[in-house]
Amino acid sequence: MNLIILKPNKENLQTYLALGVILLGIGFFDITSNTFLNFNMTGFLPSIISYLSPLLLGTLGLYFIRIEYSGNITLDQINKNLNSSNINAILSLIVIFILIKYVPPLLNWAFIDANFLGNAKEDCTGDGACWVFVKVWFNRFMYGMYPDAEQWRINTSFLVLFGSIVSIFILPNKFKKYIILFLLFVFPVIALNLISGGIFGLKWIETGAWGGLSLTFIVSAFALIFCFPIGVFLALGRRSDLPAIKYSSIGFIELWRGVPLITVLFMSAVMFPMFLPDGTYMDKLMRVIIAITLFEAAYMAEVVRGGLQALPRGQYDAAKSLGMGYWRMHFLIIMPQALKLVIPGIANTFLALVKDTPLIFVVGLLELAGMIGLAKTNPEWLGMATEGYVFAAFVFWIICFAMSRYSQNLEKKLSTER
Amino acid sequence: MNFKNFSIDLKNKKRLIPQALTLLFIVLAISYFTFNAQVNMGNRGIAFGFGFLTQEASFDIGFSLIDYDGSHSYARAFLVGLLNTLLVSAIGIIIATLIGVTVGIGRLSSNYLVAKFSEVYVEIFRNIPLLLQLFFWYFAALRALPLPEQAMNFNDISYLTVKGWYVPKFIWTNFSIFIYFVIAAIIAIIFVSKHAKKQREEFGKHIPSFYISTALLFLIPALSFLIAGVELEFEIPVLKQMSATIFNFRGGVSIIPELMALAMALSMYTATFIAENVRAGILGVGKGQKEAAASIGLTKTQILKLVVLPQALRIIIPPTTNQYLNLTKNSSLAAAIAYPDIVLVFAGTALMQTGRAIEIVSITMGTYLLLSLSISSFMNWYNQSLAIKEK
Repeated sequence: MNLIILKPNKENLQTYLALGVILLGIGFFDITSNTFLNFNMTGFLPSIISYLSPLLLGTLGLYFIRIEYSGNITLDQINKNLNSSNINAILSLIVIFILIKYVPPLLNWAFIDANFLGNAKEDCTGDGACWVFVKVWFNRFMYGMYPDAEQWRINTSFLVLFGSIVSIFILPNKFKKYIILFLLFVFPVIALNLISGGIFGLKWIETGAWGGLSLTFIVSAFALIFCFPIGVFLALGRRSDLPAIKYSSIGFIELWRGVPLITVLFMSAVMFPMFLPDGTYMDKLMRVIIAITLFEAAYMAEVVRGGLQALPRGQYDAAKSLGMGYWRMHFLIIMPQALKLVIPGIANTFLALVKDTPLIFVVGLLELAGMIGLAKTNPEWLGMATEGYVFAAFVFWIICFAMSRYSQNLEKKLSTER
Repeated sequence: MNFKNFSIDLKNKKRLIPQALTLLFIVLAISYFTFNAQVNMGNRGIAFGFGFLTQEASFDIGFSLIDYDGSHSYARAFLVGLLNTLLVSAIGIIIATLIGVTVGIGRLSSNYLVAKFSEVYVEIFRNIPLLLQLFFWYFAALRALPLPEQAMNFNDISYLTVKGWYVPKFIWTNFSIFIYFVIAAIIAIIFVSKHAKKQREEFGKHIPSFYISTALLFLIPALSFLIAGVELEFEIPVLKQMSATIFNFRGGVSIIPELMALAMALSMYTATFIAENVRAGILGVGKGQKEAAASIGLTKTQILKLVVLPQALRIIIPPTTNQYLNLTKNSSLAAAIAYPDIVLVFAGTALMQTGRAIEIVSITMGTYLLLSLSISSFMNWYNQSLAIKEK
């Protein structure tokens, strides 16, 4: 092969380096001019070669600068990380070319050409995204149809929730127990009454008006609080040696895990009212929370079961030898250790729960994604679907990414502690 | 369940009481709900039963793999929905596996850019709810495609437009004979690989069974064209003018945008989880294994094929099965963009028309349960065939 004669070597480092960099430069110039200046430098060649010319030139250039132990630290780093073989060189070039071709237009659309000022669709004169849409509808995206004057009630509830979660980490261990008990038993009642109103002179706001991102949090927080105890009991049931309890737990868990959430929500919407006594009515949001709770409880049970299985047998034997009965053994010895093991698993279940909440649109409840669906069909704001969904995706991404990073950190921390 | 032990258990009071209470609770709950349901259905004048399945459905479905129109029965509509669900799940599983394996290997690449690119892909697509991704593809990305008259043209045989992707249609003559030849090829391949294995284990002879199998897979079906009178023609979609301003393609097969959006969202979302499984699997193979393989002189490809992959697959398959199951269940999000899957057709339209909530929702949930159980048992079987066989 001809290339063997041209094998780059250390003696002619400068020559090969210059040759390689020039070829690489031509390649990059070709793709940049193609993308931004609408000028095809290699247009005289057959179309396929012209199309691939930046790649061919770049690969050749990278071939010439692939000199091992050249003595130049930067060059060695580049060769090691991007250019260790011909295939790696081609892959690196493809990634760089994709970035050159698609990132600038994306930035243009999202920031440079975008419209931030104004409060009507007509103010969006630029070519880019119309963020005015998000700005005008922001309140609706966050709170749904909840009246503007009453939104402090939602904010207060979330501040209390957030504050108590933070205080768990700050306050000494003595108080932690009380805060967790408060969060599990007192807070749901307070928050529910505060948000729905109807007592203490607060205006009654029906659940149909709840919506937006706050509804996502309400549904997932309540479902998490309720599904946790059910999940723990199901996990214990599944590991029980009493056949009737064991097989009914297995049946319950596998039934919910085998069906999609959307059919469970359908069930809560159309089938569940048929099972209630004639004439009783249960609130739609309540039904949805019950459905999601039962659904998530099955997944929670499997997570908790994982923790129970990971505990060594000695813990059970030790507890039994102290004369503890089934419940005392489980709630004083086994559960505290098992639950600590599965905190990352619980965080992941919660993450999945948050990602599943947009599905409640099937029963007509509008959280963030649903509100955007509503806003984009508003006759004054037609054609704003992209902005809306990009915004929603961004919001969800921040929440979910933060949570997944948190659970990964916990996992690492717990695995080193053991 | 072991009934012998069960009967002994019944004699033991301490074990009997909680079980009896549980069973009593379940029975009471079920009878309470059944009673209410009977009263409610009695009030509305409907009786529980599955007779409605044979009635005429009298609604149309936009996309169907089998013959269907309004004059067919509800059972047929159910079948159409089920086939559509299976179609999108199968497409999704194939694409998700391809992307997932590529990205999973990419994350471990020594190439910094490729590794980072794969990581960014995983972190972005894993942390956005599937429904939002679906809406994005359907309402934003696919709506930006050109109208039929300015369709994106792939070599004059396939066109991508806002109304769907038009691809050539295969028109077969004597299709069943072709299928017999394919079955014959598969039997031949099984025979060859068994023979190759026997030769290797008993005589230490290496037969290149992979190349032989590939050749057989193509040659035997190709033979059917030459001797058995099988013919294949392509019907290429053609742009037709419908009225003064409306153009559309005729002929060929149209892949509707709902199917494209759903398959794309499902596969890109699930691929991130598969990629993580693949990465964990490859990392899970001990470094010593690779070093040992290298020290006995295997090449890089041989190490990957003979040492790393067989061990990594054992770690990868169980969680990936779970992802396939999730993908199948998530395909029910189709209802959100009006792709006629089982949820939209059956739990949506058919339920609205008949009002038989209990029957229809239980059939739908039962179908998904059956699908989940069959996929998981198939993958369990496959997993067992891969497991280490101790002699």
